[in-house]
Amino acid sequence: MKYMMFVCTDSEPDTDPTDVPDIHKWVAENDARGRRLHGDALAPTTAATTVRVRDGELLVSEGPFAETTEVIVGFDLLDCADLDEAIEVARAHPMARHGRLELRPFAGLPD
Amino acid sequence: MAAHAVAAASVDVYPRIVATLIRVTGDWALAEDCAQEALTVALERWPADGVPANPGGWLMTVARNRAVDVLRRATVERRKLHDLALLTPADASEPQVGPDVVDDRLRLIFTCCHPALAMEARVALTLRTICAVPTSDIARLLLVSESTMTRRLTRARTRIAQAGIPYRVPSGPALTERLPGVLAVVYLLFTRGYAADGEPAFADEAVRLARLLDRLMPEQSEVAALLALVLFQHSRRHARRDAEGRLLTLDRQDRDRWDHAAIVEGRAALDRVRHDGVYAWQARIAACHATAADAGATDWPAIARAYDALNDLQPSPVIALNRAVAHGYAFGPAVGFALLDVARAGDGLNGNPLAVAVEADLVARQGDRRRAAALFREAAAMVGSAVERRALLDRAAELAPDRGRAG
Repeated sequence: MKYMMFVCTDSEPDTDPTDVPDIHKWVAENDARGRRLHGDALAPTTAATTVRVRDGELLVSEGPFAETTEVIVGFDLLDCADLDEAIEVARAHPMARHGRLELRPFAGLPD
Repeated sequence: MAAHAVAAASVDVYPRIVATLIRVTGDWALAEDCAQEALTVALERWPADGVPANPGGWLMTVARNRAVDVLRRATVERRKLHDLALLTPADASEPQVGPDVVDDRLRLIFTCCHPALAMEARVALTLRTICAVPTSDIARLLLVSESTMTRRLTRARTRIAQAGIPYRVPSGPALTERLPGVLAVVYLLFTRGYAADGEPAFADEAVRLARLLDRLMPEQSEVAALLALVLFQHSRRHARRDAEGRLLTLDRQDRDRWDHAAIVEGRAALDRVRHDGVYAWQARIAACHATAADAGATDWPAIARAYDALNDLQPSPVIALNRAVAHGYAFGPAVGFALLDVARAGDGLNGNPLAVAVEADLVARQGDRRRAAALFREAAAMVGSAVERRALLDRAAELAPDRGRAG
């Protein structure tokens, strides 16, 4: 199953500084096992641009759609057998400690 | 006879059939419908034709054939039909024991109790899928309408498929992580059923589930501990109320009315517990009560030590409160008061009627009956359950009869 893993900040990060996983090791290991297909960090929300079309008119605005303290700062595209495997991959990501990870399965475009 | 056989099969074979059909077809609703239909057919046929020699196998065959019919009409993948055709009546019997053989029902329990499902959804799915409880009864237990419960169950089954929740018993360290969540569902179900105004039928279901889990995972000592705990508590179900339905505290119950077979079964389960988990300590406490010949013979020092251990292992305001009670009975009201202050220090017991009732009991044992009665009335004004309110007001009336009647 394919999952989009949103990497987010969290207002209440883990306070324990010991044994935080290394992101490069995490990427290398999951790439090698074929569980991570792609991923990257995102520029801050100040670099975001929002695009909408209303009544045929293009509306472009600065910044993210909503101001929140918990924002998406990166993503990883995972290919896992099931949710349990995806959770195992996510728990080993450093942002599981510093922030939070959201696993969203792909639904596929409707026919 | 036939109706009895169907009822027995529905307890033992139903979850096995549902679990097997889910494994093969991946379709929860189909699996439940076909298993239910097999029971319905049995209720029609068995009274006339007699109970078959292998009732479980008979039901599995009917359910499988029904699933084949439905899938043929839906023209799904041929692999599922092929796998269904391979199912035999033996799939409804006790599986061979071995390290690689996992009972389908255990898979089903772990899926229903997956942490990616909300607690309420876990309880509802477990009741519907493992225990075959009708949706209307689950709705009553969880205080929602039947249509809401039907929608929630559908949403939970859809979520299992969409989120990719596996149909598998975790192994190794993952099992240690996930087992407490499964046991929490069973114990929540038990406590909901056992509550003063709960439905005893759900406590029965929880005991059956605990037995099933214990049979499927005999090497897991915390499962045996949970089974012992619910058996000890359940053994008092017929003695908890007097003829007028009033709740009776442990010291006033007629111990002859306790279910001594359940206590024997609980002790046997507790004998297999070789660790110090949360359920293990609670089971040991329950055993002290269940095995005392009368209230005066209760081994309170042992209970007090168990609460000390439990309080270290999983500190909570309620455990701290019970620790104060145990120490109060073991070593005198003064010790009880000191620990009640400790329990109340964290503000976690503010507005908790149990804490006021505990204080009332300690005050009464120190001899100030009038103040104790006032405290019992104060606690009574705080509880939501009518049965519990009456029990507290009765205590107040016994301590100060004049004020009790007026109040």
